[in-house]
Amino acid sequence: MVQVVNTIDPPQFDRLDAEAVNSAQKRPLYEARVKIHPKAVAGTFRSLKWAVMAVTLGIYYVAPWLRWTRPGDAPDQAILVDLAHRRFYFFFIEIWPQEFYYVAGLLIMAGIGLFLITSLFGRAWCGYACPQTVWTDLYMAVEAWAEGDRNARLKLDAAPWSFTKLRKRALKLFVWLLIAVATGGFWVFYFADAPTLLRDLLTLKADPIAYSTIGILTATTFTFAGFMREQVCTYMCPWPRIQGAMLDEHSLVVTYNAWRGEPRSGHRKKAEAQGLKLGDCVDCNACVAVCPMGIDIRDGNQLECINCALCIDACDAVMDKVGSSRGLISYSTASLYSDSVAGRPSHWHWRMMLRPRTAIYFSAWAAVAIIMLVTLIGRERFDVNVIADRNPLFVKLSDGSIRNGYTLKLLNMKQEMRTFRIVVDGLPGAVLTAEGDEQPKDGALDIAVEPDKLKPVKVFVASHDPRIVGQEATRFDFAVTELTQTEKPEGGNFEAIFHAPRD
Amino acid sequence: MSKIEKDEISGVDTTGHEWDGIKELNHPLPRWWVMTFYATIVFAIGYTILYPAWPLLRGATPGVLGYSSRGDLDKSLEAAAASQKDLADKIAATPVAGIMKDEKLRAFATAAGAAAFKVNCVQCHGSGAAGAIGYPNLNDNDWLWGGSIDEIYATIGNGIRAPGNASTHASQMPNFGGDGILKPEQIADVANYVWTLSGGKPDDAAAATRGKQIYADNCAACHGDAGQGNKEFGAPNLADQIRLYSKNGSIKDIEAQVTRPRHGVMPAWGAKLGDTAVKELAVFVHSLGGGV
Repeated sequence: MVQVVNTIDPPQFDRLDAEAVNSAQKRPLYEARVKIHPKAVAGTFRSLKWAVMAVTLGIYYVAPWLRWTRPGDAPDQAILVDLAHRRFYFFFIEIWPQEFYYVAGLLIMAGIGLFLITSLFGRAWCGYACPQTVWTDLYMAVEAWAEGDRNARLKLDAAPWSFTKLRKRALKLFVWLLIAVATGGFWVFYFADAPTLLRDLLTLKADPIAYSTIGILTATTFTFAGFMREQVCTYMCPWPRIQGAMLDEHSLVVTYNAWRGEPRSGHRKKAEAQGLKLGDCVDCNACVAVCPMGIDIRDGNQLECINCALCIDACDAVMDKVGSSRGLISYSTASLYSDSVAGRPSHWHWRMMLRPRTAIYFSAWAAVAIIMLVTLIGRERFDVNVIADRNPLFVKLSDGSIRNGYTLKLLNMKQEMRTFRIVVDGLPGAVLTAEGDEQPKDGALDIAVEPDKLKPVKVFVASHDPRIVGQEATRFDFAVTELTQTEKPEGGNFEAIFHAPRD
Repeated sequence: MSKIEKDEISGVDTTGHEWDGIKELNHPLPRWWVMTFYATIVFAIGYTILYPAWPLLRGATPGVLGYSSRGDLDKSLEAAAASQKDLADKIAATPVAGIMKDEKLRAFATAAGAAAFKVNCVQCHGSGAAGAIGYPNLNDNDWLWGGSIDEIYATIGNGIRAPGNASTHASQMPNFGGDGILKPEQIADVANYVWTLSGGKPDDAAAATRGKQIYADNCAACHGDAGQGNKEFGAPNLADQIRLYSKNGSIKDIEAQVTRPRHGVMPAWGAKLGDTAVKELAVFVHSLGGGV
């Protein structure tokens, strides 16, 4: 068999009637938004986006239902922000409010991580993992399912109201609303015991705060993902503005390789007959039709572009059809691009990821992670806050000695009952007494603290020693030792100041 | 006269207003803006019907709902009182010594007493209960009328030299100078002696020796042989380091007090605040420096 290769007729491809809503030529200062109807597309990056959506939404909806058995009265929910009791639980980690710096550390890591990812892969966060992108993508999928693909939706938009149009619109909005309610509904499960809260929500017994939170998040999800979409990224989000400082000439960004594509032409036969030399771009507008941001990637790298790479999938499909090689639109860097323009085509190599900028971002990111890990492993599960009485600073007793009052807040951060011994260290002639019936024996006050609780103890320290009474302020310590645990007892010296009158 | 015409350049109608040849284009407000504006008007009508709104000569129209912020406060105060009713009833029914034995009652009474103290007592005793000259410090371990919980309770409830209260602490120090019971020289002598009781050095040792006899004749009956005081009469302890009518103590201050004695007065709070509040105050004051 001889295979017949058709070299006369150009291969058939669909020319789409698409115009970029936000193309470079039509961006006046003020203009009403034109609705974007992205065309469905299939390909590598579309599959990647589906996968990322499945993972991120999966985590969001499943995480609050994971259980984790904890001792004592502590809740058994793996991830729980217990605002009522001022605790944060994350699997084996329990954080008290004063340890909030761990959360700050996580936020710093997230920030630096975003810098790192952006300098490596451009706006990968925007294109794949940002909640705005993920939910908008989901809403667009629902829209395509209910109303059909791009052309059907354009037709439906233009069509007069009819029963069919009403039915399609209602179905779409109804499914959107379900997703929005689920989005807001699952958020609150992170803040209370999920099964109990679900029962309360369904029987209308839950706190009004829960309902209003669900209401607000339902409304924002519904409007942001359903109607505002690309406007959130372009006008509301600061990140597109910041990314300019994060990218450099070695960052991978979705690029139209104009050096290969131009001059573009949709009428190749005619042009070639006239002896014009054409680029690979057949001007089919597929990249424009699939763009969720309504831009034309052939205008170059631009603020609206979230680097979702759907135009790459669309273009690759067309290139396959016309028999050109893929990659007319591709992930590329500014430096590779200019090399190609200069006639030195080169390819991306992973070694290009190793740059001073990325090294600095990565070290900063890793340093925060290591510091957090080390402090987390070695952190104490016991603390004492010494709060000296300020009114009055001191009291003169009948024998002429001076007495100061202190509130010692003992924090037992373990899920077990623990007893601690308090003695005064480094204050000559000090006599320790306590408020109430429990008095120290031989200068040592033993206090039992319930599991996972803070116990305030009011104590008085008096001294008659002339070395102290003559001084306006004397530093000393409350030495605290643990009696319960002998293996790895916690405790320490907690500084305090003894005040006396200035004569 | 206004004439609406089409602007050539923009293709927009004018409003017909013209100022020295400058014409105003008619760009109507966005519909959402106008609708929001109408919605606020509708809201305002409803609001003025439901809530107090129109000013009258005295007050304002009450509104259909009868709402007032004062009423809101009353409601939340009632709710707070209702939520504390169990404990408050228990405190009313329990003698003050019994409150001290029940940890929960005591904690509640201490907090309630601290609040009552801030309203009723800080004017004289200070916000930290540290007192001032003439007003006892309640944090120390020297108590004119006794520092046990029952004694504090009785003192707060019946007051000190409170007019019209039969059980009040009424005893007074004689006016030794003003009534001529002691001569000025004798007062100087006894002041020198009293100063030595709390470890002071007399100005004149001979005067102090003379003062010892005067003290035994005139003062010891209430203040005790060694100056240890007597809580029965509210006679201060003269042998300790705590002064009521002097900053750091001096012979001159003692002389002044013996010559024309000053006496503190405290209202009988039982009649003003009720027995429960007095119990709570007693528990709180006892927590400061009581138990002596």
